[in-house]
Amino acid sequence: MNRSLLISLSVLVLAISGTARADTDAEVQARKDALDLAAAFSNDGFKVRDGHWCGVVKPHDHALVAVNLYAGNQYWFSAGATEPAKKIAVSVYDETGKQVTTDSYDDGNKAAAGFAPSSSGQYFVSVDLVEGEQGSFCFVYSYK
Amino acid sequence: MIRLATLGAIVLTGGVFVALGTETGRIPADQLAKAAMSDSISIPTPGELFAALEKGGKTNWAGQYRGPIPVTYRDRAQIALNLGGLIADGFIAVQAKDGQQVKNIGSDIIKLAKALGVSEKLLSRGSSINEFAENNEWDTLQEELEATQNEVKSSMQSHADQDLVILVSLGGWIRGTQVVTSAIMQNYDERTAKVLRQPALVHFMQSKINEISTELRNQPLVKDVNDQLTKLEKLVSFPAGKAPDKEEVRKINEAVGKLMEEIESKEPPK
Repeated sequence: MNRSLLISLSVLVLAISGTARADTDAEVQARKDALDLAAAFSNDGFKVRDGHWCGVVKPHDHALVAVNLYAGNQYWFSAGATEPAKKIAVSVYDETGKQVTTDSYDDGNKAAAGFAPSSSGQYFVSVDLVEGEQGSFCFVYSYK
Repeated sequence: MIRLATLGAIVLTGGVFVALGTETGRIPADQLAKAAMSDSISIPTPGELFAALEKGGKTNWAGQYRGPIPVTYRDRAQIALNLGGLIADGFIAVQAKDGQQVKNIGSDIIKLAKALGVSEKLLSRGSSINEFAENNEWDTLQEELEATQNEVKSSMQSHADQDLVILVSLGGWIRGTQVVTSAIMQNYDERTAKVLRQPALVHFMQSKINEISTELRNQPLVKDVNDQLTKLEKLVSFPAGKAPDKEEVRKINEAVGKLMEEIESKEPPK
C-alpha cells in the first residue's frame, strides 16, 4: 500500500475511531488537525505514534502531559485546537520544569514543537492558548 | 537539530515557521505533578526505544531473538504480560527486516490475543502483518504492530479488562529493555547507554499496577513483577545526562532477564 495513502487512511481511521473515553466532535476535529500536521513530519522519516491526548485549552492555563523520551531520538509534538480557540502554542519542559529549546511551528489553531533530547527521561509537553477562548485540543507526537 | 527540510515542507502547506530555539519559562513542581499521564502517550513503544538504540550504530537484531514462547497460558495477567513481550519481539523482527520472523510472531500475537477474548477485528491484523511482511514494508509493519497493541488494549478496556492494559505495556517495556541492555553489553557505548535512564516511566507503570484490583495485584506473578519494579526503578535512576557504566547496564539486564523468565514460565513464581 502506498505510504501516503496509508497515512491518510490512518488519519481517517484515527479521527473516527473511539478511545476509552469517547472523544467529542470538537476533539475529533482537533485530532484530525493534529494528525494532518504530524503527517507533514512523516515526509522526513518521523513515525506518528498511534496514541493521542485530548482536552480543553483555557486562557492563562497550561494543558500539560508527561512523556518519556529517549536521548538520541528526535521528536515533534503536534497539536490542533478548535474554535473558539484561535491560536495555540506547544512547548516542552524538562523534568525540573525548565523550558527546553525547541524548533517551533505555528499555524493558528495548529502548532508543533520539535526537540532532540540529550538526556533520556520524563519531559512535559504544554499546549497553551495564545489567542481566542477556551476550546478543545488534541495532541499527538512523532519520533525518529 | 530537526532538519529544516521538514519545516520547509510544512511552511508550504500554509503554516508559519515561527522561531528556532524558542525557550523562556519554567513550570513549578506543583503544576508538573498535575500533568496528565496516559498509557498511549506517556509510555514509549518498543519501536521508540529501538530507534534510539540504532543511533549508536548497527545492532545485531537477529542476535536478540529468543525461542518461541508458550501460547497456552491460562492466567490472564500472564497472557497480557507475554503479549506485550511478543509485540516487542515483533518490533525486533521488523528492525532485523526478517519477514518470516515477523509472520511467526504475528501469528503468536493473534493466538495470545484470542486467548484473552479480544475483538474479532484483531484477526484481520494478522493478515495485514503477513501481507506487509511479504512485501518488506517495514515502516508500515511497525505502524501495524503499534496499532495491533493499541487495538488489544482498546478491546481489553471495552471488555472490562482494563486492569490488564498496563500489563501489556509493562511486558513490552521489560522485553524491550532486556534486548537493549543485551545489545549495549555486547557493544558498550556511553551515548547509547543513556537510553536506559527512565525512572519516571518505571514509577508510572508501578503506580498504574497499584491502581488495579487487589485480587489481580495479589496474584503471585503480578505481585512479584510489581515488587521487582521497585528495584528496577533504582537501577534506571541516573543523574540527567549521565550514562550507566557497563556494570550498571549488566545489573539492569540481569534484573529484566529474571523478570522475563518468570513471565514466560509455565510455573508460578515461588
